[in-house]
Amino acid sequence: MINFNPQMEIFSLKIGGQAGQGIKSAGLMLAKVATRSGYNIYTYTEYPSLIRGGHNIMQICISQEKVGAPQQYTNFLIALNQETIDKHICELITRASVLYDSTVELDVSKISKDVKLLPVPFQELVNKIGGSKLMLNTATQGATVALLGGDLQILNDLISQDYATSGPEMIDLNQKVAKEAYDYIQDNFQDKITNILKPLANIETKMIVNGNEAIALSAITSGMQYAAIYPMTPTSNILTVLSENQQKYGFIYKQPEDEIAAINMAIGASFAGCRSMVATSGGGFCLMSEGYGLAANIETPLVIIEGMRPGPATGVPTWSDQGDLHLVLHAHQGDFPRIVLAAGDSQESYDLTKQCFDLADKYQSPVILLVDKNICEGDQSIPMMTSENSINRGKFSTEMIPNYQRFAPSPDGISLRSIPGVGNFFIGNSDEHDPFGYSTENGDVRNSSMEKRMSKIKTLENELPKQQLFGPNVADLTIVSWGSNKGAILQAIKSFDDVNYLHITHMSPFPQDVKTILENAKNILDIECNFTGQLAELIREKTGIEIKNKLLKYDGRPIYPEEIIKKINSLIKI
Amino acid sequence: MTKLEDLLTPCPPNWCPGCGDFAIWGAFKNAAVEMGWDNTNSVMVAGIGCHGHIINFTKITSVEGLHGRAIPVATGIKSANHRLNVFVFTGDGDSMAEGGNHFVHACRRNHNLTVILHDNAIYGLTVGQTSPTSPHGFKTKSTPDGNPDYPISPMTLAIASGATFVARGYAGDIVGLTDLIIKANKHDGFALVDILQPCVTFNKEYTHPFFQENTYKLDASYDPTNKAEAIKKSLEWGPKKIALGILYQKKKPSYESQIPQIKDKPLIELPTKKDLSELFKKYT
Repeated sequence: MINFNPQMEIFSLKIGGQAGQGIKSAGLMLAKVATRSGYNIYTYTEYPSLIRGGHNIMQICISQEKVGAPQQYTNFLIALNQETIDKHICELITRASVLYDSTVELDVSKISKDVKLLPVPFQELVNKIGGSKLMLNTATQGATVALLGGDLQILNDLISQDYATSGPEMIDLNQKVAKEAYDYIQDNFQDKITNILKPLANIETKMIVNGNEAIALSAITSGMQYAAIYPMTPTSNILTVLSENQQKYGFIYKQPEDEIAAINMAIGASFAGCRSMVATSGGGFCLMSEGYGLAANIETPLVIIEGMRPGPATGVPTWSDQGDLHLVLHAHQGDFPRIVLAAGDSQESYDLTKQCFDLADKYQSPVILLVDKNICEGDQSIPMMTSENSINRGKFSTEMIPNYQRFAPSPDGISLRSIPGVGNFFIGNSDEHDPFGYSTENGDVRNSSMEKRMSKIKTLENELPKQQLFGPNVADLTIVSWGSNKGAILQAIKSFDDVNYLHITHMSPFPQDVKTILENAKNILDIECNFTGQLAELIREKTGIEIKNKLLKYDGRPIYPEEIIKKINSLIKI
Repeated sequence: MTKLEDLLTPCPPNWCPGCGDFAIWGAFKNAAVEMGWDNTNSVMVAGIGCHGHIINFTKITSVEGLHGRAIPVATGIKSANHRLNVFVFTGDGDSMAEGGNHFVHACRRNHNLTVILHDNAIYGLTVGQTSPTSPHGFKTKSTPDGNPDYPISPMTLAIASGATFVARGYAGDIVGLTDLIIKANKHDGFALVDILQPCVTFNKEYTHPFFQENTYKLDASYDPTNKAEAIKKSLEWGPKKIALGILYQKKKPSYESQIPQIKDKPLIELPTKKDLSELFKKYT
């Protein structure tokens, strides 16, 4: 039994069942009830690499404050099978609740007496209305909304929206099922009703998106025209969003034969003038490494999304990791400008994807955005996105230019780009080339071409945004980390007055302000989800600062705020 | 109007004297002049191998990509701007070995590309190793005791994979080759011209006399729409049995013609500014 820390004020609701029981969509519906009632949410899903069978859980963290991490404790457990009870009773806090179907034989004898048991005959209620087995989820939603003091109308609106394509009969039936379960709670568990989902006074419209959705939506608003993506966990959902919207919004998503084709197709489309992207995980990026350097050498813009999962090889495919930082920083032979960004949550995924497209165009270069499985698949509430977007294509011309030199020397390293079909002759040459693109092995031309390309990095260094420092400017302990750890760290440092957090989103070129901040830090803790502490190694390489305190985790699970608090306590006591 | 001198670059060809690449280059330029291919309407994509040098000697905007990857780059260009004539120059090592997967899938999807395969059955640029089209028993630097592997027929592979225009030319016949390249480009769909060419330096078996002795042109009695017959013909090899001309041609919608987004305009001309407010609402 874990003690609930009331300071956190985050309500953790968990749904568990078999893969194929619709856990994810049921959970998302409840998450939307929460955001439409004015709350913030974060969801965390665990599932094995199976389609049906196997244990699936979805945790929905609900709070009035921003929330960005899964919790180790559970306040409210919806158990659709025995395994959910057996595996998760250890997480239940005092006075937690367990909602389950009393028409199914479930053994609840091991659940602590401090936990409220809420048996509801869901199957019977559904049968009474004449609903199908698939509507059990709707029944649990109706009961949950009742128990948490939510507004049934909000759930009804969501049902109308969700079943819009299934027709009015389905909407009506589901709403009746929801009401039946809602009423059952009012009649039988009146004393167990709380106000967790009670609508707040001022409700600002929020979106619920995971990192994949944020990236896909950002790409579309950024004017992305061509995406070639071979399916791979955890980024496959990017292609789902893109493929279903391509006709309406006028771009092409193409499923290629492999990741080598993906990156070369995207390079071709970009060469011809389209904003282009690829998305993959570490294994797919290994195949793309070859094309990555081609894009750099022919100075063709390209956005590469790399969603990390535990490697090497197939690794632990449906879990999370941050072990690909070195891979993306060093992939491909030779030297070329390497631009690598890393997002920490859905909002940053959205913002940085746009930044990647602009950087790719401005620097005529491939740009990598690193995310991890927790970001890709964890839903988060964020303020409404807007389509208002300035698209900056950089030095780009479709005019016919006399004596055009595609790779003409320039102090900032960036030449005027053109596209085929407008009358300008040039060669996108993977061989070393002169300003027109003609192959050359001349030493002087090699030097000037190399220096031209590499000077882009100097230009970019001067316009890198400042890295974010959360918490007090001066602190006893400075945490440095990246990626999805952000949410857990921000939650953990709320419990301390003198701990701050340096969140790194720009990996290459390496931001110079990191050195200044860390030089002034009294004590530093590096937190990463990998074995070697790859960010700490990068910091040492770029700043000479060696970070001795590390919290490293590589079991595929996310870092929990509780683990960070424990680590901070152990360091502060010294 | 394209004139021959418009296609000249300052780079003199660096192929070995007598190389079959000269004839392919000449035939392509002749076709360009005849058809008016230039920097306003055409783009070339080459792979890596001796053939790839062609981009330096031909003044049409081009990409020289990576070994084996010319086809996917060309696919991307064609998707982005399907008004362009997209020519792929590749070799037997480039598209049958390193890029075999891309070749098969581009055929299957019937992308509207003109693929010119410089097929000399040897690796020339790496100075003389066996290739996927080298004969069984062939002695090279990598097979000093004779090649234990059997050759693949690029045409058979193309027909079986779904290509809709499959022809064979010979680098000793510039006029015939010019005609095939033009016909391949006019075809709406994946068009392969497999060009037999001698490598005068490293392949002492497939020489001009060998090809002149053993090739023949398909005549009007041959029906290129018969797939089974075309596959059979594509597998014929040996004394006086090597057919030249269009072995297979079929009308079938190209990939690009099936994408509604680019029905009226090329992708690069579609507006990039989009109002997503309706889509955003789905996520609330």
